[in-house]
Amino acid sequence: MKVLLSWLNEFADFGDDVDALADELTALGMPVEETVSAGTKVPGVVVAQVLRTERHPDAEKVHRVYLTTNGSNELHVWCGAFNMKPGDKIPLATLGTKMPDGREILRRGILGIDSEGMCCSAKELELNDDHGGILILPADLPLGVDVFDALGVTTDTVFDLDLTRNRPDCWGHMGVARDLAARLRRPFGADTAGEATHSVHALPIDIVDPGSCGRFTATVVKHIRVTQSPQWLQDRIARSGMRPINNIVDASNYVMLERNQPTHAYDLRSVGSGFRVRFAKAGETLVTLDGATRELHSADIVIANGNDVAVGLGGVMGGLDSEVVESTTAIVLEVAWFPADTVLESAARHGLRSEASARFERGADPWGLESAAWRFIEILRLTCPELEVHGAPQVTRNDTCPAPSLDVTLRLTQVERMLGVSLSAGQVADLIEPIGYRCVGEGSQLTVSIPSWRPDSTTEIDVIEELARHYGYEALGKSVPNSTVHGRLSAVQQRRRLVHGVLIEGGWSEAMPNPFLDPAATRLAGVDDSRQLALVNPLVAEESVLRVSLRPGLLRSIAYNQSHRVDDIHLYEVGHVYPRGENPLPDEEEMLCVMSVDDHDGELAALRSWTLLVDALGFGAQIDTKSTPSGYHPGRSATLRRGKQVIGAMGELSPVVLRNHGIAGRVSCVELSLSVVLREEPKPVAAKAVSRFPSSDIDLAFVAPEAIGAADLHRAVKSAAGNLAVSLELFDVYRGKGVADGSRSLAYRLRLQAHDRTLTDDEVAGIRAKCIAAAEKLGAKLR
Amino acid sequence: MRNDISAAVDAALAEIAGASSAAALAGLSATLVGKKSPLGQLKSRLGSVSDIDERKATGQAVNEAMLAVEAAIATKRAECEAAELEAQMATEGIDLTERIAVSRRGRTHLVTQATQRLEDVFVGLGFQVAEGPEVESDFYNFEALNMPKSHPARSMWDTLFVESSEPGSVVLRTHTSPVQIRVMQEWPPPIYAVMPGRVFRRDTPDATHMPVFHQIEGLVIDRNITFRDLAGTIEAFTKAFFGADFTSRLRPSYFPFTEPSAEFDIRRANGSWIELGGCGMVHPNVLRAGGLDPEEWSGFAFGFGIDRMAKERHAVEDIREMYTNDLRFLRQFSS
Repeated sequence: MKVLLSWLNEFADFGDDVDALADELTALGMPVEETVSAGTKVPGVVVAQVLRTERHPDAEKVHRVYLTTNGSNELHVWCGAFNMKPGDKIPLATLGTKMPDGREILRRGILGIDSEGMCCSAKELELNDDHGGILILPADLPLGVDVFDALGVTTDTVFDLDLTRNRPDCWGHMGVARDLAARLRRPFGADTAGEATHSVHALPIDIVDPGSCGRFTATVVKHIRVTQSPQWLQDRIARSGMRPINNIVDASNYVMLERNQPTHAYDLRSVGSGFRVRFAKAGETLVTLDGATRELHSADIVIANGNDVAVGLGGVMGGLDSEVVESTTAIVLEVAWFPADTVLESAARHGLRSEASARFERGADPWGLESAAWRFIEILRLTCPELEVHGAPQVTRNDTCPAPSLDVTLRLTQVERMLGVSLSAGQVADLIEPIGYRCVGEGSQLTVSIPSWRPDSTTEIDVIEELARHYGYEALGKSVPNSTVHGRLSAVQQRRRLVHGVLIEGGWSEAMPNPFLDPAATRLAGVDDSRQLALVNPLVAEESVLRVSLRPGLLRSIAYNQSHRVDDIHLYEVGHVYPRGENPLPDEEEMLCVMSVDDHDGELAALRSWTLLVDALGFGAQIDTKSTPSGYHPGRSATLRRGKQVIGAMGELSPVVLRNHGIAGRVSCVELSLSVVLREEPKPVAAKAVSRFPSSDIDLAFVAPEAIGAADLHRAVKSAAGNLAVSLELFDVYRGKGVADGSRSLAYRLRLQAHDRTLTDDEVAGIRAKCIAAAEKLGAKLR
Repeated sequence: MRNDISAAVDAALAEIAGASSAAALAGLSATLVGKKSPLGQLKSRLGSVSDIDERKATGQAVNEAMLAVEAAIATKRAECEAAELEAQMATEGIDLTERIAVSRRGRTHLVTQATQRLEDVFVGLGFQVAEGPEVESDFYNFEALNMPKSHPARSMWDTLFVESSEPGSVVLRTHTSPVQIRVMQEWPPPIYAVMPGRVFRRDTPDATHMPVFHQIEGLVIDRNITFRDLAGTIEAFTKAFFGADFTSRLRPSYFPFTEPSAEFDIRRANGSWIELGGCGMVHPNVLRAGGLDPEEWSGFAFGFGIDRMAKERHAVEDIREMYTNDLRFLRQFSS
């Protein structure tokens, strides 16, 4: 919202300390994004008249304009805009002029012919945003004089406010001024009440559907003529970001920019039969002011004339047929209050968010209608001094109209409880009466009447917020709560950090791929996509489903890195997956995925992470090599289980999956449900004394068919060795000469030790025999 | 005999002086002072000296001679050992700079690094860390946060919806605020919690926006928590996280779930302000939605973006860079 200092100053004396005012506006919750000076004179720009224009055969984008600045001289200028004709008056920046953007106008040539100045657009002079062509000046301006003087351009300061959506009142200068005046303790004046000058011209008004409109006023004004608005008023409208059109439209927009109250002027000829306000009928259409034919919806508000012919889309836009035109001499001014939701939905349905609809949907003041009408007449009278007002605004309303004020009980104890400062009833009144909140009561409890222009304010806490704003957030001060809670990370969070720590020490870097995937990505990564959920309104089709696995994202990251010639790729991700479940919300789960590109055949680098994680987190799982997880290499993978529960997978990914992603080489992968393993905090381990007796080592090499898992053999030998086994380590795996095809040699070193004695040779030999027997039972033979 | 002694000593010292290694000297002890050595033999002949005084004096001279020879061996041996180690080291030189390997340590993501730093600061300020689901119900993401259906403020966030049997009821959380409600429902007050996590908006990616990004939310619920406590906590965080020469300020703003609401800015030592996030007193309707009586409990909440903090800390020009997962980018930042 652009707010002009000159306009604010009409409501209170704010002075001209622009920076200080910007700070105050920001402190009130209306942060100033930009402060701009408007109408600042550009010395050297004068009124010139076009004598003739000429094309040059070798210049396509510019033409030659011959001008005079005194009626007798002739200046030549190259110009890239073609909107002027001989006789037009235009602003000419003469040689040496410093333009607002910093350019200096120099004698510069094209094709060897010099330019003696520059024709200016309104935007180049910062008069408004119009850059459609050179500014054509009124024909009656004298030649050679300063353009700003000739036009009577006013100077101003424009604050660009970033308003929050709870403050509809501040979408008009008056609301901003009211808040600022209260803050600065300046007297604020805004009353506008006019007087009907002529006999009442009554119009029948009927709000047919009460839900369509809460309050409606119509005022008949005659003896008007359609003309230009005064320059200062045009300046204000342009600087507020709208386009000056004519005195009627400008007056309407002026009132809206001042009071956040949209109004609409109809030609009396089209609404002389009166008004019927209702919802649209089936099949009803309306041609709106922008020339579009609108098919109306049964929830659209229709303003119809007395003959029930639609003349406007209520709260959004007027109809073309009832528009004020040059021949208009009498108008009817509609000022009404429409329900916010209805206007919002109607504007959205028609893709027609107008300045008016934007204001109604935030919430206008139903009790500001009459003063807005009178203000409109006051403005119009500037260009139509002879106008006649045929009766005060005629008001029709119903029960859907909010009350003029809303009473709320304010407890002073609650003020202190929320803000931490104690305020008396008098202080409360001093703070919020200037913004129109009336306070009644003396004790610890006040009745506060909230004005109708503050529809956002309906409860005690809303009033407390106003107190805080006007007391000043900074002035409230700072304290620190006296907490009895101790800060800490939960066990799960500490264990998650351990996962990160272990993996980065192991050489993996954390990736954060997009959790939104292409619908085919899951399947291409070899993952079951039957529980994949789609987004209803994705940005792009390639990111339109929610992941059920971290695998597709990391595979894509690997492919990306490979295509950018990055070697040594080790990545992991900790993140959520969102498979469809039984409940309305997905079965969201936190997962870990670790991937490595393996340079050497047979090296499964990612599997190192399994050992590191098991060791760090202190959890276990069965490594089931019998069942191949989907998308993995059938001979090089295992499912990770806890009993019947599958908690992950590991191994080498299927070459099919890698080919789908254009990944070269082999990729090893560990996937693990962190939701399961982080939640299990191992109990503290009880210390065991270290034995002081000597230990004995036995080396055992078994030839085992490939079908026997190394882990199974390990488990069998370890269990056969019994309590005296301190460690059992696989120290060599051998395939080749001396070992039958389809088998390999697995060599273990078993360390035995007792706590209370030195083991005898017989004891050691006995255990050795047991281990061999256990291995043989599995199908492995001592080598 | 005296002459024999000094002759034996001279011979022994000469032999010691001629020895060239510690190993050779180790054998000399037996040769020069053992029983069969010249001095040892002289000692064994002492019995043949008849004069007692003479025998005593000669015996003493032999012992002294033996001690002197042994001392000479020890000294020479130490010298030799030192020289030998010296020589060994002289041949063992290596270029250490040849042997320093490139680090293979990985990196946590910049967002994880920022999140952990924030968590650590808040833990130090007495906060616990809470988490919640990223796919949320309309209730937690909007309704419980004082935005009933068709509340205009819902349009403050461009929401991504997830398919569901009841259209519009499942969303990707647009902020971490739904965790506030979950915490209120699950944790008995007093509550001092921060809630970091991933959030989603239907925003086209550009240099400063991603549709998937991260926020951290703070929630304090206790008896007699005031707006002053909010301002003081923001200030304490500002100093703890950014440094003692940073300060903070609150200015009025609007969020449906807090009232009074504020934006909070922090001021760098050079006087410039940075907009950091939003905050406010928890709205009574939100306390009620969390199952707490607003007449008994009061509290405040605050929240801000994590990605932007990481982006600014490391001067990352384009936030999309953080999500390409390019190892050449990721590995720059030690963690």
